[in-house]
Amino acid sequence: MKNRTSPRGRSVFQKAAAAPHVVWAVMFIIAPMLFVLYFAFTDTDGNFTLSNIAAIGQYGNTILLSIAFALIATVVCLLIGYPLAYFMSRTSPRTQKVLLVLLMLPMWCNLLIRTYALMALLDNGGLLNSLLESIGLPRLSIVGTNFGVILGMIYDFLPYMVLPIFTVMTKLDKRYVEAAHDLGCNGVRTMTRVVFPLTVSGVVSGVTMVFVPSISTFYISQKLGAGKIDLVGDTIERLFQNTSTYNIGATMSLGMMILIILSVCIMNRFSDGEGRGMII
Amino acid sequence: MENGVLIRLQGVSKAFDGETVLENVSLDIHDKEFITLLGPSGCGKTTTLRIIGGFETPDTGDVFFDGVRINDVPPYKRLVNTVFQKYALFPHLNVYENVAFGLRLKKLPEAEIKAKVQEMLAMVNLKGFERRHVTTLSGGQQQRVAIARALVNRPRVLLLDEPLGALDLKLRKDMQNELKKIQRQTGITFIYVTHDQEEALSMSDTVVVMADGKIQQIGTPVDIYNEPVNAFVADFIGESNILDGTMLADCKVRFSNHIFDCVDSGFGKGELVDVVIRPEDVDVVPLERGMLSGTVSSVTFKGDYYEIIVDVDGFKWMLETSDFVGVDQRIGLSIDPDAIHVMKRSEYSDTFGDYSTFSEEMDHLSDVTEEDAT
Repeated sequence: MKNRTSPRGRSVFQKAAAAPHVVWAVMFIIAPMLFVLYFAFTDTDGNFTLSNIAAIGQYGNTILLSIAFALIATVVCLLIGYPLAYFMSRTSPRTQKVLLVLLMLPMWCNLLIRTYALMALLDNGGLLNSLLESIGLPRLSIVGTNFGVILGMIYDFLPYMVLPIFTVMTKLDKRYVEAAHDLGCNGVRTMTRVVFPLTVSGVVSGVTMVFVPSISTFYISQKLGAGKIDLVGDTIERLFQNTSTYNIGATMSLGMMILIILSVCIMNRFSDGEGRGMII
Repeated sequence: MENGVLIRLQGVSKAFDGETVLENVSLDIHDKEFITLLGPSGCGKTTTLRIIGGFETPDTGDVFFDGVRINDVPPYKRLVNTVFQKYALFPHLNVYENVAFGLRLKKLPEAEIKAKVQEMLAMVNLKGFERRHVTTLSGGQQQRVAIARALVNRPRVLLLDEPLGALDLKLRKDMQNELKKIQRQTGITFIYVTHDQEEALSMSDTVVVMADGKIQQIGTPVDIYNEPVNAFVADFIGESNILDGTMLADCKVRFSNHIFDCVDSGFGKGELVDVVIRPEDVDVVPLERGMLSGTVSSVTFKGDYYEIIVDVDGFKWMLETSDFVGVDQRIGLSIDPDAIHVMKRSEYSDTFGDYSTFSEEMDHLSDVTEEDAT
């Protein structure tokens, strides 16, 4: 975000207004990060070491799997979310409100509960399979498969893709679309040459907001993976639960943070330096 | 092409949410013509333009292009390009890419695109601006890019929707000349929408005056100015004194309790008419030689002339004179027969009074920008 007020122009009041947040940030954001940093580079006795970093190597496959899952979920969310946001932005303001509520409705419910509910639906003895069986179709085993975990990510994070794209889309001046038609673009070309480039900042936000929670999730993989699929989030959780691997967990967390920061930086390159809908 | 007619609107009507915007509009636009749709806010001029561009479909009536009905042809298939009101330049592209946009869609070779874009940028005096981002340009420069972006496609027709509306007066004058020059050079038909009557008169071959969704008059600028068909046109184009009169016989008309010789004929005997007299056509003479007499109620210095308001038996005339007269001075007015223009009464009779207030005039000219959202 750009800073609109110059630092010199800030009054005492303005500084005071920021104080609660500063205190909060130091206590709950900066301090924990410093702890992570400390534990990442020390052994169980508190001595400086780099051996934790070497220990991460054994989780290489888990990390790659997490990245792959997060990428797939993000791409699918984009493929579903972008057309949906476009469609929503084209409806009347009244319809837009209704569709927005429908989209947000699942988010009013806690993520863990939603994931648990999805598991109950898709489980071997769940609603879906009972239904399939009653009409004489074979059961689908979704829970416990890679597909199930990715499905869970898509289900949980799709609104985070749609909302920022929808916001940018509604602000898109329809004269640009008319100008494109005027200059010879049919529907598809108007989309690829004008609408998409002008809404890319929404896409960047959406992709970041889906990719980041997808790559760090542990609950979705635990429930919809039925414990068979291990992602980075699960590994970190397990490492932290055991005092002997506590420090390796911290190193993993640090690596994760670096990975996320890198991906956000890469994404921001695409948004052409414009501030709209950016995360950092 | 039938008699050089390139575009024909036939009985076109259009309503938005039950509100009629265009009512039975018929218009022929000739090839290589500079035609202006002129009228106040909400008169339907922009809608007419958008129907020609393909952005709106008429509810009833037909649009023909070169003899072919094009009602349902989408904009991207029409040989028409538009300079939009606020330019609508693509903010994600630089000047070069904005101008090259249409050519790229035609998949022309890169070298040809480059040559055409360069040529066009030279024509609108924007050489060296290729790599500039459009958002960093001034209003006048953006305007030129918009013109170049449309013209580079060599359309048969260029539509211009109040293209100079956002520019300041000086720049407007320059751009008016430039547009006229470009139109002559390229031989492309220009259809120009404006609410500015001066702009319309100075640039156009043909002016179409519109009001309330209907065409009031079509003619050359000279015809429109000298021979307005009704009180609306007379009032909208230039300044005019519009009086109630009675036709006594051919070339004899009575108004302001005086019988004048005029040059109009073909009215019924005793028919009530509207009489238009332009401020510059009235001579200020000594009291004893005047056909009418009145008291000067205000004098405004306009540089090369004075604009004076004269009260003649309660009707305020506007006159232009180069001789100074004082406020409260009594003067005589003399009017030549060919300065008197007699018009049939219309729905606009009595809506435009004298110059006792300017409020009516101002209403027409205000909120121009707001209209063209439609």
